[in-house]
Amino acid sequence: MPLISKIPAGPIDSKWKTYKATCKLVNPANKRSLEIIVVGTGLAGASAAASLGEMGYKVKAFCFQDSPRRAHSIAAQGGINAAKNYQNDGDSTYRLFYDTIKGGDYRAREGNVHRLAEVSANIIDQCVAAGVPFAREYGGLLSNRSFGGTQVQRTFYAAGQTGQQLLIGAYQGLERQVSLGNVEMHSRHEMLEVVMVDGVARGIIARNLVTGELERHFGHAVLLCTGGYGNVFYLSTNAMGSNVTAAWKAHKQGAFFGNPCFTQIHPTCIPVSGDHQSKLTLMSESLRNDGRIWVPKQKNDQRKPSEIKEEERDYYLERRYPAFGNLVPRDVASRAAKERCDAGYGVGSSKMAVYLDFGAAIERYGKIEANKQGKPNTSKDEIIVLGKGVVKEKYGNLFDMYEKITGENPYEMPMRIYPAVHYTMGGLWVDYELMTTVPGLYALGEANFSDHGANRLGASALMQGLADGYFVIPYTLGNRLADDIRTKAIPTDHPAFVAAEKEVSDRINKLMSIKGTESVESFHKRLGKIMWEKCGMARNEKGLKEAIAEIAALRKEFWSNVRIPGDIDEFNPELDKAGRVADFIELGELMCLDALNRNESCGGHFREEYQTEEGEALRDDEKYMYVAAWEYKGVGQFEMHKEDLIYEVVHPSARSYK
Amino acid sequence: MQHYNMNLTLKVWKQKNGKTKGGFETYPVKNVSSEMSFLEMFDVLNEQLVSEEKEPIAFDHDCREGICGMCSMVINGRAHGPWSQNTTCQLHMRAYKDGDTITVEPWRADAFPVIKDLVVDRTGFDRIIQAGGFISVNTGNAQDANALPIDKQKADESFAAASCIGCGACVAACPNASAMLFVSAKVSHLALLPQGEPERMTRAFNMVNQMDTEGFGSCTNIGACEAECPKGISLENIARLNREYIGSMMSGSKVEGMA
Repeated sequence: MPLISKIPAGPIDSKWKTYKATCKLVNPANKRSLEIIVVGTGLAGASAAASLGEMGYKVKAFCFQDSPRRAHSIAAQGGINAAKNYQNDGDSTYRLFYDTIKGGDYRAREGNVHRLAEVSANIIDQCVAAGVPFAREYGGLLSNRSFGGTQVQRTFYAAGQTGQQLLIGAYQGLERQVSLGNVEMHSRHEMLEVVMVDGVARGIIARNLVTGELERHFGHAVLLCTGGYGNVFYLSTNAMGSNVTAAWKAHKQGAFFGNPCFTQIHPTCIPVSGDHQSKLTLMSESLRNDGRIWVPKQKNDQRKPSEIKEEERDYYLERRYPAFGNLVPRDVASRAAKERCDAGYGVGSSKMAVYLDFGAAIERYGKIEANKQGKPNTSKDEIIVLGKGVVKEKYGNLFDMYEKITGENPYEMPMRIYPAVHYTMGGLWVDYELMTTVPGLYALGEANFSDHGANRLGASALMQGLADGYFVIPYTLGNRLADDIRTKAIPTDHPAFVAAEKEVSDRINKLMSIKGTESVESFHKRLGKIMWEKCGMARNEKGLKEAIAEIAALRKEFWSNVRIPGDIDEFNPELDKAGRVADFIELGELMCLDALNRNESCGGHFREEYQTEEGEALRDDEKYMYVAAWEYKGVGQFEMHKEDLIYEVVHPSARSYK
Repeated sequence: MQHYNMNLTLKVWKQKNGKTKGGFETYPVKNVSSEMSFLEMFDVLNEQLVSEEKEPIAFDHDCREGICGMCSMVINGRAHGPWSQNTTCQLHMRAYKDGDTITVEPWRADAFPVIKDLVVDRTGFDRIIQAGGFISVNTGNAQDANALPIDKQKADESFAAASCIGCGACVAACPNASAMLFVSAKVSHLALLPQGEPERMTRAFNMVNQMDTEGFGSCTNIGACEAECPKGISLENIARLNREYIGSMMSGSKVEGMA
């Protein structure tokens, strides 16, 4: 099957305009009889469901949490990018496009990324109109800050809770449509199958997580807005419930999976404290605006950070990357931290951590504040007090969170941080219209693979989720549904629905009947360990081959020895989790296969065999400038299809932040 | 910080579903590290229960970083436990010492019926938002974001109210099981912004009406909600809600459902 990306012809800055001007439309009366299923209610899902409801479609939305407001977009901290150029610092749509393409290490589609940059400004307008209380300056206008991989200030934020504020904005829009009867909301429901009728996605089978009942839902189209699959690593910054199940079921029904091995390891997370660890917590990238990252110059230095003098500290990011310093992109910063720790310079009891230090920022802000208050002769102690106040206003909630988790006061001593799995650039392959290789089945937000290439820049996930939901899908979905207006709602006693429900029911019964000895949690941990060690921040051929064999063995063991307590027809979180872990195991195998296939290093994918003498990633554009789209061919069997990436505007070059 | 291990006794509310009666069960938990979070301690206990072929304890949780609002436990009588401005998931075991007995219950309110064990149904909060907790602006209607400057102080106050995570601790803490702090946070968030102005007169009235319909109690100014709120939502919001509500009543002609 050929992969057709459907990128419109024409110059880069007119592709989306041309598309919008020429795509097919559905008239208001017809919209009322077209039904759409939206799975997931994070930024992409909530904004899509709200926007489509406003347009007049009949929408059904689903989430596994108790309320759509809980989706994990809520935890995004730092901000959202937009090419507004409010700071007059040279930003433009083109620059955001360029930074994103370069940041993605030339593994993203130009057409999609340019569209993303174009609509970025509309997102900020929309959110402000919907009541999102972004940070403002004293003049009443919006404030910006910097994020990694850019040299302009284009990140809009709401303290360290930007994701929360944006999601609440989208959620309120969604609830408004619920109250108007345009959206029917199903919380505590999990999608467990895509229903295919004549080769087209026409509905889903969902399980009511309270009663255990299976439900059949018809839709003219199905939108998966189900987020990323970072929890395949067991430990990640994702929420406990974040999973790949919906995307994986779609994959098994024929949706190709794009670049599954592209994983983002975020450089600034609170380090693991012990075997009990259930998840990792991010410390926002925005902290790198003001915090400086360092390790001692001396190996295995046991002294407290306060006892290590300035000249004995190695600010290794500033040393290696003077042009971007502490604000290099995430993949670069993560690898540099790993390199220092592996070489024996790590700090803390585990020695797998580096310092993120606000000492200099506190002093700098303190001086500015003293000047503002007209007190140039303030003592150093008072300057520190003033500086701490400024830092508290900027990052207070993050500092509090750090203190709650570690019991240490980050105003007094540097934070200890280490990289952790955070985001997955890979996902369901979609064309320009966000449709997967299954007709009528769409993927939005982190669930798709499209815009971030091999590495996502900070503050771009929120941008993409809302771009897809607010401004892309309302157009591209209409272009398909315009030809579907004669399709009547398919009754859910149709044989395809009956068969799909039976499939799901059989799978659940099989899981429950194993009655083995090992918990779901234990299998998940074992999978995570394999993935982190062999398909994590650094990968090599030998390790990946071992991982593939180990995961296949783990899969067999899971299906013969997992123990799931409780019953099917009740609230049973262990059963919910068992289904998710079963899918993660299958996905893990594919991720390793993809990483093994890609004999190059690019973005978050670092193959140890392919690096420069200085340890930088070595891309191979001759052989690997393509999207690897994998087709499911049976358990543990996948066939790769290539979508060649064509760069008409940006000329791929070695990505340098030096 | 010195780390230590401890043995604890947990008394946890167990209830099969909304139709059956519940009661406390006692569980010993051994070798709990002071570095664990409270929910990680529950993970350890649940793993132990599964290995003993017993039923694990159901509890709500998701982000485990204090922002999604899903976790919800009353711990030794306090919503989200002993630390101030903190969620259950961010409570860490260094708050306890060896030999402690800890009682854990679900949110208790008629409007939050128990689903199982520590899990309750909070969809009433969603319906309150549906009644008016939004600004009616369709996608595509917006003007340039900087076309309307907003006083920084107002914007900051609005943000402070908007940082409510909708967990329901205010309801659980209130002897009347009132949802006034939750409703007032949303009303304040929107009333403090010029974008919220056009619907101001109907919003407070409709949301309070829905709150009453859901069966939440009345506010008698006890202040337990503010004390237990993990995000420090201020009681001043309730005062503002009362003003907004009276404003709604005065301009009755604009209020849906009022003659």
